[in-house]
Amino acid sequence: MNETNETIKKRGVPVWIQIMIWAGLTGLLALVAFGLNRRQNPMAELNQPVPDFELVFYKDYEYNQTASLKLSDLRGKVVLINIWASWCKPCEQEAADLEKAWQGYQPANDVIFIGVDYVDTPAGAFQYLKKFDITFPNAPDLKSNISSILNRQMGVPETYLIDRAGVLRQIKIGPFTSQAEIQAFIAIAE
Amino acid sequence: MKKFFFALICTFLLGAAFSQSAFAQDPTPPTDDEVNAIAKHIYCPVCENTPLDVCPTEACRNWREQIRSMLAEGKTEDEIMQYFVDQYGDRVLGAPPATGLNWLVYLIPPLVILLGAIILFRALKGWTQPKQAEAGSGAASGGLSNQDEYIQKFEEELKKRK
Amino acid sequence: MFAEFGYGILFLAFLVTLYSLGAAIYGAQTKSTQWVESARRAMLLTFPLIAISAASLIYLIVNNHYEVSFVYEVTSKSMPTYLKVTAWWGGQAGSLVFWAFLLSGFTSAVTLRKWNRDIEFLPWVIVVCAITVAFFLSLVLFYETPFARYWQDASGKLLSDASGSPITSVFAPASGITPFLPADGRGLNPLLRHPGMVFHPPLLYLGFVSFVIPYAFAIAALITGRTDDRWIRLTRRWTLVAWLFLSFGLVLGGRWAYDVLGWGGYWGWDPVEIAAFMPWLTGTAFLHSVMIQEKRGLLKHWNMILIILTYSLVIFGTFLTRSGVLSSVHAFAESAIGPIFFTYIGFSFIASIALLIKRWPDLQAETEMKSMLSREALFLFNNLLFISILVVCFWGVMFPLISELFTGQKVTVGPPFYERATTPLFASLLFLMAVAPLSAWGHSTIQTLGRSTWKSAVAASLVGIALFFTYTQNIGAVIGFTLVAFVIFITLQEFWRGTRARQRAQRENWFVALARLTGRNRRRYGGYIIHISMAIMAIGILGIESFQSETQGTLAKDQALNIADYTVQYKELATWDDTGAGVNYTRAVVDVYKNGIYLGQLSPRIDYYFDSQQNMTIPGNRSTLRDDLYVLLVDWQPVSNMSATFKIYVNPLVNWLWIGALIFFFGIGIAAWPDKDPEAEPVRVTRSSKQTSAAD
Repeated sequence: MNETNETIKKRGVPVWIQIMIWAGLTGLLALVAFGLNRRQNPMAELNQPVPDFELVFYKDYEYNQTASLKLSDLRGKVVLINIWASWCKPCEQEAADLEKAWQGYQPANDVIFIGVDYVDTPAGAFQYLKKFDITFPNAPDLKSNISSILNRQMGVPETYLIDRAGVLRQIKIGPFTSQAEIQAFIAIAE
Repeated sequence: MKKFFFALICTFLLGAAFSQSAFAQDPTPPTDDEVNAIAKHIYCPVCENTPLDVCPTEACRNWREQIRSMLAEGKTEDEIMQYFVDQYGDRVLGAPPATGLNWLVYLIPPLVILLGAIILFRALKGWTQPKQAEAGSGAASGGLSNQDEYIQKFEEELKKRK
Repeated sequence: MFAEFGYGILFLAFLVTLYSLGAAIYGAQTKSTQWVESARRAMLLTFPLIAISAASLIYLIVNNHYEVSFVYEVTSKSMPTYLKVTAWWGGQAGSLVFWAFLLSGFTSAVTLRKWNRDIEFLPWVIVVCAITVAFFLSLVLFYETPFARYWQDASGKLLSDASGSPITSVFAPASGITPFLPADGRGLNPLLRHPGMVFHPPLLYLGFVSFVIPYAFAIAALITGRTDDRWIRLTRRWTLVAWLFLSFGLVLGGRWAYDVLGWGGYWGWDPVEIAAFMPWLTGTAFLHSVMIQEKRGLLKHWNMILIILTYSLVIFGTFLTRSGVLSSVHAFAESAIGPIFFTYIGFSFIASIALLIKRWPDLQAETEMKSMLSREALFLFNNLLFISILVVCFWGVMFPLISELFTGQKVTVGPPFYERATTPLFASLLFLMAVAPLSAWGHSTIQTLGRSTWKSAVAASLVGIALFFTYTQNIGAVIGFTLVAFVIFITLQEFWRGTRARQRAQRENWFVALARLTGRNRRRYGGYIIHISMAIMAIGILGIESFQSETQGTLAKDQALNIADYTVQYKELATWDDTGAGVNYTRAVVDVYKNGIYLGQLSPRIDYYFDSQQNMTIPGNRSTLRDDLYVLLVDWQPVSNMSATFKIYVNPLVNWLWIGALIFFFGIGIAAWPDKDPEAEPVRVTRSSKQTSAAD
């Protein structure tokens, strides 16, 4: 037993331990780099196709009477996605303007508004939708899946414009202040 | 799996729609303490790392009301927790559920600690064994009783000071 | 004017730091004392420079220069001046300046000491400190500058980029552009407007920053290949002071949370809290294991690992808090410093580890470990426990990232996880704390250890049994209190035995003997006092964790809620605006009875801050040694003022946590009090007694 002790004493760090240390460090740094990258660049990038996601609409706020659909089902139409929540005060500023703008686009069925309700209670959401007489389709953001794809993680409201090819064209952070602003926002994709 | 979730969500949404009328007729609405007992275990989905029972925001107030109305419908704590998980994801739970990858969160620390303990014991064994051969060298000798050791120490120290 | 000036001075400080870095390396390479001396003087110059720059930042803050975006974001006209000054570290950019300011101050202090025997360390200590200072300065100069301003064009329109957020820069981005002055600032987060916030962050930063010094010496020892324990003796007091500040900061943070956050607790296992806790864990392990190296010449590798780990965790924790990688209630807002910070972390980790591996064979133990029960072996178990808690914390903090990476799902790793995982570890620590002081250096056996502990063990068990039959059947709590009693009894027994031995040997009276015993062995008995204080803090923690009870209810006037032995009766409620301070106060008054006896009134309140639209829930707290009655005003009916919702906690024994903290600071004061260190004297014969000041 004395010999083994002697050899341990004289030796430096064994190569396999060195390899493990460097591998562990690399893994840790890679993980942090991922986290950092995730935080600074959301999955959907401007002028890039938006990764697909599913919308499960609130009752009475479906699109074409379908209970759920995928974003890719709307290819060929301009899609405006407005992320909101009933507890969000700034959202209330733009709610009426959004609805008014929607009334203008609805007949042509070429520009679709979809409200995405970010972490909210259904009761609060229905109350909010009724309060502002919203008629465009609305869906809860189940498991925050949609906002993790689109949202800049800065809060609500945020609005995203997706063109006919499914490419993200415009982002608005914060509420719109007028109906005209919404129309100008959409015009880019038309 | 997806279909299962979807079915669940539908029933919950319907349940929520019906609940408003049911709640009004309930003779004894759940108390704040009953609501808080559940809210304590649910983390606010918007404010990070804050349990629902202490979170002061408007949104959390709504969620507490949600819990209250679900309790009034006779939902159990597990059902309510499941509803929150389906709506907002696993992040509403205080600790990750022990499924799939999440097992790692419970496995790694004990394994690493065990590994550390093994390394420490092996190292200690390696260090202590040669001692038999050269016993007697080193600092304090264990044979003395603690009392004597102290007196010795102080006397030594006194000599140093003088 | 002051913005450009402050920025310019800061830039100058950056250049001086870089010069100092270069000169120190060159001086060390060429063994030129002039170059090293020049590096030292340059380092000394950075402190006044950064101080001047910081002063101009404070000038801008105090004088409402809201064209400076940092000032706009953290202050408003309604804030009192002292709070405005604390806003210096209330926001990201300012707190980075604060970091650099403290670090350059500490570095100056350390370079001012007499180096005589350790002159080969000097250039490398300067190098490590200069790199760290330069890094923090580069963050504030190029990524998050507190001197950046808003701009307007000739028509008075605020300049903004494509996405609508305003453009900020220190210097005018084009000609014809003037600074844009908002009418009022956004104001400091109301949660931070608390006297606790005046001290909590600076103390934490002080703790963080002072750990840089022992690390710098460790790295200097590795680079120079001087592998004796000189670096440890030189930085012993720095380490203690760093540990003092960090502990102080953590405790104040807990107290602040208890007083302000209104959730009836002091510690929420939030990632940012853990980020500050992790260096404390390794620092504590380090404090213990360096004693083994000093006394027995063992564990040289391990001490290097611990101090490198501590520095890395300081930097890593700062990064986690500030880069937005983790989401947390305490986190600073999103910022641009992530990538550069990440690069620095990668650099410092890799450099430290590579250096350690290179020197590994040179760090050899000078003596042998004698027994599994010797004090050094028990210290190693203590280290194992601290590192185990660190592993739990680190893994808990990192796991949400791992989960997001592999499954795309966010998860919360919260208190249930940490409490379950760390409770047995903390309990084992208590046990070791009791046993370790009684085992001898070098050698102990079960018999010697048993002989010295059995009396206390029996007494502690009696306490446990008594508690079980009179107070609580909660087994976990009974075990906890038994361990606490064990620690306290054994430590007191140590004091008593030492005092008795001294009494007999010196014929002193009991009190003199105790005072001299402690005074002559400050580190040892200061350490024991710290142990007792930890046990007392554990009483508070056990109390609130095991026996906290709560209730909530909506009351009409004169209605009451009952909890434990208390009755809380709602008397009145008033709400008023303080327009000067920009706050709306809503204050309820409740009568408190215990077992029917009137005890007094409490007034929980809600403060609503207009500028940031945020609520603060301030509890009404009645604190006794037995328990705290902690009353929160949750809600009220604004129209009628008739009914209000209260949440009431009874937090048993929590006061012992703060009492323990006070004793802790007393103990650390004894342990760290500057003196002629008898242990260090043999190697320091050439130095006069005055010179111990700065570095040790």
